[in-house]
Amino acid sequence: MKLAERVRTGDRLALARLLTLIENNSPEGQDTLSELHALTGRAHRIGVTGAPGTGKSALVNRLTQHLRAQDDPPFVAIVAVDPTSPFTGGAILGDRIRMRDLSGDPGIFIRSMANRGALGGLAGTTSGVVDALDAAGFQWILIETVGTGQAEVDIAGAAHTVLVLGAPGMGDAVQTLKAGVLEISDILVVNKSDLPGAESAARALRAALELGPVDSEWMTPILLTSADNGDGIPELAAKISTHMEHLKKTGGREERDHARVVGEMERLLQQRLTDRFKAAQSDGDYERAIERVVDRELSPMRAIDELFQD
Amino acid sequence: MPETKIRVLVAKPGLDGHDRGAKVIARALRDAGFEVIYTGLRQTPEMIAEAALQEDVQIVGLSVLSGAHMTLVPRILELLKKQGQESVKVMIGGIIPDEDRPKLEELGVAGIFGPGTSTTEVIEHFEGAVTPAPAEG
Repeated sequence: MKLAERVRTGDRLALARLLTLIENNSPEGQDTLSELHALTGRAHRIGVTGAPGTGKSALVNRLTQHLRAQDDPPFVAIVAVDPTSPFTGGAILGDRIRMRDLSGDPGIFIRSMANRGALGGLAGTTSGVVDALDAAGFQWILIETVGTGQAEVDIAGAAHTVLVLGAPGMGDAVQTLKAGVLEISDILVVNKSDLPGAESAARALRAALELGPVDSEWMTPILLTSADNGDGIPELAAKISTHMEHLKKTGGREERDHARVVGEMERLLQQRLTDRFKAAQSDGDYERAIERVVDRELSPMRAIDELFQD
Repeated sequence: MPETKIRVLVAKPGLDGHDRGAKVIARALRDAGFEVIYTGLRQTPEMIAEAALQEDVQIVGLSVLSGAHMTLVPRILELLKKQGQESVKVMIGGIIPDEDRPKLEELGVAGIFGPGTSTTEVIEHFEGAVTPAPAEG
């Protein structure tokens, strides 16, 4: 049986294999993804982002437990991204440590990914991996980014609902949220609410939110949760469902899907054009242009101009 | 451009709580360019097999110091085989008495590393286990 067919009929080993092929940009992975494309678009994609140490993995663990304990529970997939070492190309992917409660449930599928040098908080192939999980029938897909600072906002283009996490005792982290990832949040979560300072962190975030542009249709809520003892998790799950409904009612879901496709197409187009352009250069022209820029003979812009003239 | 990485699961089955060895190996493998999925302490054979499947790893590295290897390791091998992952290489590090080695190797364990093994030796063995031998001629 073909790989696409096996994935479609719930073969978990085939799914795992497909995810590897996608991560490795292999032609077989691309072919299979193309065959499965018509089946995508059914899952709700939820991004979970925030500074390192705010409890993203632990929250994903609790939230998934809660979802799976409901009547008629959804199938849940988790994609957890961790950084690749820029020096060795290796990575330690440790998000599963906090997700041990989820093992043994066939309605859950967890995949760890290294970002392989991508800078926006996800890997270049995360969107393909999520598409494959969507086609395989997972209804909620939680995408956990690498620990983020201010600028890693790729998740906004990859998810329908974005959770941004903060934690008490991280005054500076709350400050940085103001400038960057705050703008992409659909729901703000102050995790570790069992620790002192959670209320004041929530107030600081509220004040920061009020400085920004106001979306009249969706007021970003701020929720307190404790992934440790489970406080606030049912409320968080309910709020995500409310946001899902809101997107459906307002057409926001189609809008976000459209923006996601635009981003993905442009990324692929750039890659393809770059590869094609380099392949069309006569031997060594491109490398020689680089050397001339390194030797201060040319500016990078002039070097590109020259390459285009030939 | 296709880009492949060797994916390894590093896990500690059983109940002993000493994970320093596992962490040293995980770090050394990362520094050698591997993608290491680290699952932490007290993993059951079922948890390890499930993680190996979802993560589609080529190697499972187990750290066992408790003496329970003759129960845990065969069970993990059996589960991997049952789920169609007989090609996954299973390596063990820790305290494994000499008399148990032949039995484990016969069951299909691809490498056994005792105390004092250098990380370089472990890395070379891991790389060799998943790299196809060059075709002759």
